[in-house]
Amino acid sequence: MSTETEAPAFTAEELLTIAAARVLEDGTTCFVGIGPPGAAANLAQRLHAPGLVLVYESGAIGAKPDHLPLSIGDGILGETADAVVSVPEMFNYWVQPGRIDVGFLGAAQIDRYANINTTVVGDYEHPQVRLPGAGGAPEIAANCGEVIVILRQSRRAFVETVDFVTSVGHGAGVGGSFSRQHLGLRGAGPTKVITDLGILEPDPQTLELRLTALHQGVTVEQAREATGWDLQVAGELEILSPPTTEELDMLRALKA
Amino acid sequence: MRTHAARIATLSEAVAELVHDGDTVALEGFTHLIPVAAGHEIIRQGRRDLTLVRMTPDIVYDQLIGAGCARKLVFSWGGNPGVGSLHRLRDAVEHGWPHELEIEEHSHAGMANRYAASAAGLPFAVMRGYTGTDLPTHTATIKTVTCPFTGEELTAVPNLGLDVGIVHAQRADRQGNVQMWGLCGVQKETVLGAQRSLVTVEEIVDELAPMPNQVVLPSWVVTAIAAVPQGARPSYAQGYYDRDNDAYRAWDGIARDRERFQRWLDEEVMAAKGAVA
Repeated sequence: MSTETEAPAFTAEELLTIAAARVLEDGTTCFVGIGPPGAAANLAQRLHAPGLVLVYESGAIGAKPDHLPLSIGDGILGETADAVVSVPEMFNYWVQPGRIDVGFLGAAQIDRYANINTTVVGDYEHPQVRLPGAGGAPEIAANCGEVIVILRQSRRAFVETVDFVTSVGHGAGVGGSFSRQHLGLRGAGPTKVITDLGILEPDPQTLELRLTALHQGVTVEQAREATGWDLQVAGELEILSPPTTEELDMLRALKA
Repeated sequence: MRTHAARIATLSEAVAELVHDGDTVALEGFTHLIPVAAGHEIIRQGRRDLTLVRMTPDIVYDQLIGAGCARKLVFSWGGNPGVGSLHRLRDAVEHGWPHELEIEEHSHAGMANRYAASAAGLPFAVMRGYTGTDLPTHTATIKTVTCPFTGEELTAVPNLGLDVGIVHAQRADRQGNVQMWGLCGVQKETVLGAQRSLVTVEEIVDELAPMPNQVVLPSWVVTAIAAVPQGARPSYAQGYYDRDNDAYRAWDGIARDRERFQRWLDEEVMAAKGAVA
């Protein structure tokens, strides 16, 4: 991208991870999905949220890893957990009754109503790209108090309609048979989609994702360009402050 | 019914005796204690038409699929954790190489409940799940059931019908009692839920000293035990060795290319015939 001397102070990935870490509140329980959410949740625990309870689908409840695990089942998670449970217990006793405040998920595709696809790009029987699949996400998205999604923003990922609904966000919006209420999903669903351009949140009236914040230096046009539907913009648009040196140092130390 | 103590066998004897062509087989391990050596022995013995079951098929399932052992995969998340795709799995699904692979996919909650039903000897398990997703449209083993007490519509998923369950554990004693600790995933359900079971262990000891969070499987629920030190590598065995994250990263390059994969298979798995007694 740039040469060493002109390199930006941080990468898009770091910007996204730090923005996501900031929204996790101290004292909440957070189900940490596979991939980018792991770095953000671990960073939050080290910065402003030492009381953040990290829950991993591998069975670790209250993990306090001293370095960033590569997988959701690295040894450090079990060794530092308050409790280690079996996977059936994790999903049946902890996720299903709604004991977890925040489900923190990544996605390959997300649509206008924050429905998530991690299964296939293209037709199911003859996929262009076979993705890893559902994992814990469908029930995390259904049952956690709320869901925060983090992913890079592009037209390929932010689509009008997902090719496959792996996890329900806000269905087809308010009312109708494909709404969270009608489906009986207990959690509030996605409340924030955090990207390298800004933050999208469901419109309180329609539940359609709209732009509510931008990272410093990013324009509304850039965000609209990187979205596969006619992205609406909130009346008051927040400008997110750039990552601090402390945040960047901490994140880089985690990954080292 | 009389029960029998687990038989202590070599890995090759145990696989030859317990795993047959066409069987439904689960080699479980949720990141931890994955029975990789047992998977390699299945490849060496040339098993075919297996229905492979696993919540998180990772690189040993990529190897079994690439080696042509599987007819079908039942799973909930098929990737290389923290790295990316399983390229042999993708090649089978996207291009039918080395042959067509039927897939039956679930969520983790659904698979965990299928294991629980299997261990409990029930035809199905009840849960809240999949509602509103596209999974029930493509997966025939996701149905609904009405609660006879409240009238609520719930999700039902069936028993896995496992012929063989294979797991790795830290150790066993000479009577064949198995002990494992750390993240134990669905290890217990895999053994209790299958007709026949094989547990590979790091070591066989005189006495099992208690460990925090341990799971103990009494000898009489296990069919066979084989001592296979390092048998979970590149996954890990807590208290013995750590996860080899570099090996997981390196697998990405090996698995991307059919010829490179074939070479790896010949050198690392087939050539090791007899090396693991």
